[in-house]
Amino acid sequence: MELKLPHNLSMERYAPLLALAVLVVLSELLYPRFLEPQNLLNILRQVSYTGIIALGMTLVIIAGGIDLSVGSMTALAGACAVLTLYALTPETPVEGVAVLVPLAGALLAALAVGASAGLLNGFLITTGRITPFIATLGTMAVFRSLTLYLGNASEFRSNNSLYGDMGMGSVFLVPLPVWVFLGAALILSVVLHRTRFGRYTRAVGSNARVSQYSAINVDGVKLSTYVIVGVLVALTAFLISARLNSISSTNAGKDYEMDAIAAVVIGGTAMTGGRGAVWGTVIGAVILGIINNMMNMLGVSPYLQGLVKGSVIIAAVFIQRGDLFRKKN
Amino acid sequence: MTEPLVRAQGLGMDFSSVTVLDDVSLEIFPGEILGLIGENGAGKSTLMKILAGIHQPTRGTLHFAGQPVVLRDPKDAKDRGISLVPQEFNLVDHLNVAENVFLGDELRKNGLLDRKAMVARTRDLLDGLGVSMDPEAGIPTLSVAQKQMVEIAKAIKVDARLLIMDEPTTVLAGSEIDVLFRIMGELKARGTAMVYISHKLREIKAVCDRVMVLRDGRFVGLEPVSAWSPQEMARRMVGRELNQMFPAKTDTKGEEVLVLDKVRVPGVLAEVSLTLHRGEILGLAGLMGAGRTEVAETILGLHTPVSGRLVIEGKEGAPSSPRAAVEAGISYLSEDRQGSGILTTFPVTQNVTLVSLRQYARPFIDARLELKKTEEYIGTFGIKAPSPLAYLEHLSGGNQQKVSLAKSLDTGPRILIVDEPTRGIDVMAKGDLYTFLRSLADQGMAILLISSELEELIGLCTRVVVMRDRRVAGELTGDQVNEEDIILLATGVHGDPGSGVKINHASGVPGAS
Repeated sequence: MELKLPHNLSMERYAPLLALAVLVVLSELLYPRFLEPQNLLNILRQVSYTGIIALGMTLVIIAGGIDLSVGSMTALAGACAVLTLYALTPETPVEGVAVLVPLAGALLAALAVGASAGLLNGFLITTGRITPFIATLGTMAVFRSLTLYLGNASEFRSNNSLYGDMGMGSVFLVPLPVWVFLGAALILSVVLHRTRFGRYTRAVGSNARVSQYSAINVDGVKLSTYVIVGVLVALTAFLISARLNSISSTNAGKDYEMDAIAAVVIGGTAMTGGRGAVWGTVIGAVILGIINNMMNMLGVSPYLQGLVKGSVIIAAVFIQRGDLFRKKN
Repeated sequence: MTEPLVRAQGLGMDFSSVTVLDDVSLEIFPGEILGLIGENGAGKSTLMKILAGIHQPTRGTLHFAGQPVVLRDPKDAKDRGISLVPQEFNLVDHLNVAENVFLGDELRKNGLLDRKAMVARTRDLLDGLGVSMDPEAGIPTLSVAQKQMVEIAKAIKVDARLLIMDEPTTVLAGSEIDVLFRIMGELKARGTAMVYISHKLREIKAVCDRVMVLRDGRFVGLEPVSAWSPQEMARRMVGRELNQMFPAKTDTKGEEVLVLDKVRVPGVLAEVSLTLHRGEILGLAGLMGAGRTEVAETILGLHTPVSGRLVIEGKEGAPSSPRAAVEAGISYLSEDRQGSGILTTFPVTQNVTLVSLRQYARPFIDARLELKKTEEYIGTFGIKAPSPLAYLEHLSGGNQQKVSLAKSLDTGPRILIVDEPTRGIDVMAKGDLYTFLRSLADQGMAILLISSELEELIGLCTRVVVMRDRRVAGELTGDQVNEEDIILLATGVHGDPGSGVKINHASGVPGAS
């Protein structure tokens, strides 16, 4: 019997890296200032917000699910963060550690909302036995509607300048969201590849019945992936509302689910579940960022940018499947 | 003498280097019902699928109606007049009877579906079969027997010249079987040739003209049914000389480790009582759908009993989940390897440790320990894999099964439930597995062996519990553990062959020897 590594597996692993390399070279040729540190940091900052969510989405998709509600969940968590911040910010300036209290409150509020929203999605999908696509399509509408109601369809503004400063800030020259993005990627990568939960996540997405017979708590694993993505959404909501020092009830988080899923797919994670890599998603997010950056720099009409992005996603799936290189039997 | 409708010569079939059918030749005549018997894995389904165009044989030739033919696909076979009534029905619930009958061959008029004609034709077909059924009825409203009639109508709508039926009576009750046999009689009178696959030897005797026996993919015999008694058929199916592959039985049994006492799970198990002792291999026999796997699933905590007692090592109560069952020292080797046993997209290492992963995570998974343990299993079980990191999809069925067994044992169980452990693996691997199971039992493991292969139960077990219709039909010990008694108990056939076939489904009277 012939035994060799599946062709598509190596493609899955290296295609995103290869694409990134090609893209970097191409960008540098078309736009010589592309490789300047400031431009690169800008790209990284831009992709961090949806990138953080995409990391959680990676786990959800590996476990065989999907979460369409992340965009409106970002808006809801961000709204609650800003409302809490507003309530906790005193009229008169305070000194010392006390200035951090409103910020901590905002973060906790975002985390509470994100985790609860993830829990809700998880319960609908596991206990409620609703397919992930439909369940999160429903909660997508619910979360957005709640946000619009809370904000009366306008903007939630912060009265705390420190919040905005933090959102714009950098640590060792690297913007804060980039730290969070890379830190979360590191942690989730270890979780996925080195822990029982990570192994079970792949097992559940690979074959839920085998997993159940193998004494794995299938529903628990699925539920956890939705809570994790909820927590990551909360981090994004916190960072993006700080960056703008406000959050819009209508526009915040718009199309985030698309960007997150695109990053996961471009990064080589199989939509059928069971296989995928966190670092692939990081690369996928960066690829999307570079494409955006390049199109802006080259003055491509914003109306055409969706066309390019969409084509890249579709091409990515073809390349990873290896169809373009494999002969039909 | 009439010309044979089908003449097959030297048919052979290999699946990834495993020979599942070898050098089988046969002739089928118009208006003949040919019985096809053999144990699971004997090659019946493969032969049937070759005749129906689903598989293309690796070797051999096929003549149909005097012409040499190569059946490219099921449609090709159907166009030539070869139809198959599958064991599992292929009816679409959302379509009505007539739409199902004409699925894929819809009648058209002016480019649009001709519903009226299809309904009328279906009514004619059903009337011809002597079945009264509304052609526009929805499939979910039909009984199992009616669904089968729809399958038959579908199979014979294009003048079927050869009709292949795969264990058609497994799902039928007594009176429904009579209807089926009457229909078969009518088709026979029309000159339709039939291949009838069944485990129920008395039915074969009652309805077939000739019977062919396959064993381990090879031709064993082909005789008029009058030549063999059911016992004789069973003997040929099992094959005496294979007994040597079984290790000597040891009849030392220790204390009770697993007791099921009148366990009932609504819709799953009617009433099951059995006792498993340390160091014994207890057989659990029964036909497909008798509820054997469901017994395993209940012990594993996948079903919750509503009444009865379940005692594991003196502790009362059924496990609440598969995890609880693992912690109680129970392990299960699944009958459905790809469906619930192994992950084909995972490497050997990660399959072996899937259930026992706690032992390797502290809290991070120790990949080196995983590799080391896997290499040990590869050595002791003789698993043929290019590497411990090879994906399971690249291993043969027998080697996948060994990995599956390693996975079941890696939790260190005290009670092992093996469900059809030799399904789809070759004779050599079977012998190894039997020896291994015996040595496990000798070391004190309590083993519940669920099997459809009588040979296996007889070769390994001193005690066999037989199930029928989701309840225990009886228990056999010592000399009672033989083909005939197991089959009689499993099918509920009770004595009197003179009055034709009488299937007693409801009561659990054991057929005493």
